[in-house]
Amino acid sequence: MYLWIWRHLPAKSPAMKSLLALVLLALVAAALWYGLFPWLEPRIKFDHGTVNDT
Amino acid sequence: MIRSMIRSIGELCITGGILLLFFVAYELWGTGEFTHAQQSTLAKDLDRVWAAPTVTTEKLKLGDGVALIRIPRFGKDFTYVVVEGVSVEDLRRGPGHYPKTALPGQVGNFVISGHRTTYGAPFNKAGELRAGDEILIDTREKQYVYKVTSDRVVEPTQLDVTAPVPFHAGAKPTKKMITLTTCHPKYSARQRLIVFGVLDHELPRVKPPVPGKAA
Repeated sequence: MYLWIWRHLPAKSPAMKSLLALVLLALVAAALWYGLFPWLEPRIKFDHGTVNDT
Repeated sequence: MIRSMIRSIGELCITGGILLLFFVAYELWGTGEFTHAQQSTLAKDLDRVWAAPTVTTEKLKLGDGVALIRIPRFGKDFTYVVVEGVSVEDLRRGPGHYPKTALPGQVGNFVISGHRTTYGAPFNKAGELRAGDEILIDTREKQYVYKVTSDRVVEPTQLDVTAPVPFHAGAKPTKKMITLTTCHPKYSARQRLIVFGVLDHELPRVKPPVPGKAA
């Protein structure tokens, strides 16, 4: 999987490829941190502090 | 062929592990950022409302700031705006007041719930409270000084800890009580830790709240 991505990075020199890979990584991390995780977190609720009868 | 399959499975496992760790990091720190941002807004709003003259028709809406809570045992800078309501959304923004329970200083039970981990973890150190520890509640006019009396670990369904007389639902209250509820043990939702306190004395509120100064 990662080898496939590495081969398809649109750059010639390994240095440029590394840079692109880092940018890609940062984008994925940001998408998770600001997109997926805030959406997912309230659905998990492993820290619930109220008392209720449900 | 087999070699590349095994490699793919290995990569997926490692990726999954990193994703999980990243999510844990988000739970512990990312959620706190959210709460701190919300708390500064709430503190500003509360400041503005308290600075304005009293309106007789003023009604507390869900999601509004109710009071400020300070607990010296949790640190000098420990200040949170208590939100009206205990829905998941409310508790993400700060400790929440159970809407049908008493207000600060009233006879009955002023019940607050808060996260023990994640979302700023306001009640993280709830287990360290000892009898006699002060819980300071600031409202527009008064500062109410409650003192911790006892604590209990109960099942999540034990609703009567929020009753005006805890454990005696329906009984007529005579004391001015405060009750904190949070999850127990830490990082779990299996049980609840309940801390009880009773009003010791009240003072005029002194200085304006420090916005966004939540520990």
